[in-house]
Amino acid sequence: MGNLGIVFKRELMSYFATPLAYVFIVIFLITNGIFTFDLGGFFLRGQADLLPFFGFHPWLYLFMVPAIAMTLWADERKTGTIELLLTLPVRLADAVLGKFLAAWVLTGIALALTFPIWITVNYLGDPDNGVILAAYIGSWFMAGGFLAIGSCMSACTKNSVIAFILTVAICFLFVIMGSPILLNAFPGWMPQILVDAFSAMGFLTHFDSIAKGVLDIRDFLFFSAFIAAWLLASAIVIEMKKAN
Amino acid sequence: MIEINNLTKKFDQFVAVDNLSFTVKEGEVLGFLGPNGAGKSTTMKVITGFLSPTSGSVTIDGNDISQKSLKAKSLIGYLPEGAPSYGDMTTIEFLRFIAQVRGFRGDEIDKRVEHVIAEVALEAVREQSIETLSKGFKRRVGLAQAIMHDPKVLILDEPTDGLDPNQKHHVRELIKNLAKDKIVIISTHILEEVTAVCTRAIIIAKGSIVADGTPAGLESRSRYHQAIKVTLTDEYDLSADLNDLANVETVEVSEDERLSYTIVAKDGHSIFSQVSEIAQDKHWPVSEFHVERGQLEDVFRNVTQQAEGAH
Repeated sequence: MGNLGIVFKRELMSYFATPLAYVFIVIFLITNGIFTFDLGGFFLRGQADLLPFFGFHPWLYLFMVPAIAMTLWADERKTGTIELLLTLPVRLADAVLGKFLAAWVLTGIALALTFPIWITVNYLGDPDNGVILAAYIGSWFMAGGFLAIGSCMSACTKNSVIAFILTVAICFLFVIMGSPILLNAFPGWMPQILVDAFSAMGFLTHFDSIAKGVLDIRDFLFFSAFIAAWLLASAIVIEMKKAN
Repeated sequence: MIEINNLTKKFDQFVAVDNLSFTVKEGEVLGFLGPNGAGKSTTMKVITGFLSPTSGSVTIDGNDISQKSLKAKSLIGYLPEGAPSYGDMTTIEFLRFIAQVRGFRGDEIDKRVEHVIAEVALEAVREQSIETLSKGFKRRVGLAQAIMHDPKVLILDEPTDGLDPNQKHHVRELIKNLAKDKIVIISTHILEEVTAVCTRAIIIAKGSIVADGTPAGLESRSRYHQAIKVTLTDEYDLSADLNDLANVETVEVSEDERLSYTIVAKDGHSIFSQVSEIAQDKHWPVSEFHVERGQLEDVFRNVTQQAEGAH
């Protein structure tokens, strides 16, 4: 096991050493249930799919994911352990990636624990399980995108509450980027290519098609590149702000 | 060997470390002294590779800390200021984590962890989470992780800060035992610590070296070097007897102790035999009589204030 794995394991263990992981998972499951059955009208629709379940994920992640991401680096800086970690023979890339992966796996575990909803829909009807699986993976990748933003914001400050607020704000921007609310606000003289580029960065643009079962490799590539870019930014910010 | 060449570290316009150069060899225990804000911690952060230098270089056994940083870092054990560690882990979990990062695998991990637990006496708190530990134990956990891989270079930023006298003594013994074939750099503002454990002391002020030498060598730069401290049992005018001695600068009356005087020697000349002769001839009512080695505190104040005045 390389140092990436060692950092990853330590981080994941520390989530479960405190109530954080359990609180996160329980709240995630409860809100997911409320969204799907109450607001989403899961039963009323009378359709054997999980569209109401996945449809709320961007909005759920908007507040849940920054809550895990906010401590990633802010706490290291606050307690001074960043100095310990970065003077150990660990590459910065391993530290950034290890921490990110631990948080991503935690969201993955929470997401996987929503399986009763999948059992329910299979019991009630005959859904396309391939579509559901793709949507699960897509949802997890989107969570990764939120987390990567959170990692970078957390690296910017010692204060995890500030990190939380910044992350929510930036995530919100990326969620609505592709939606008509924002696109209609563009003045008419803007070149179409710019508007398209802007909308292509939106999470909803990519996630909506995944949630509907349109499995396009480009959507996954988008989220992967998005994660990579924000993690790179995290590393740069950490390197720059170490002294503070 | 650690070589530091023309090291400068700036934060925006503020120069924290100013063109610092020195080398430390195996077997040396270097005390790094200076007033708060002199650049001690910054220098240590650059040496350990946490901060990158603005200019200049640091090499550990020929490995440049910026270029071959992983190799260099693997040679160093570092206790950062305040001994930070992951509070939600237990002592043993934390030390196992450090052992793994330091490259130990399988049985080796437990062997090393048990070794350092015994070394710094952490047996009592092995299963306790670190955030619940007392300050002294936290510091020992920090020391334990620093010596985990039996490093060639040990860098300790205020290792005894906040410890009680017993713990201080224990840590100093530990450092002395470790120091045999290693390089140890300790930053401290406790001057007695320097005389107790260091073989060499560097005093810095405003980011530059203002004094470098053995603790005894530095003490001899004090105006109290070779001075004689006399405590009398009765009132007696010492200065009248000493007027003829060319090597006596002055006689100072102690502020805190009654009937206690310090006879200051001129330019560090030895005056012991002359003064003791006079004391016997004139039958001074002496209860205590000894030669001062010089006060490190005095030298410290002198050189650091000079440096600060110069800027």
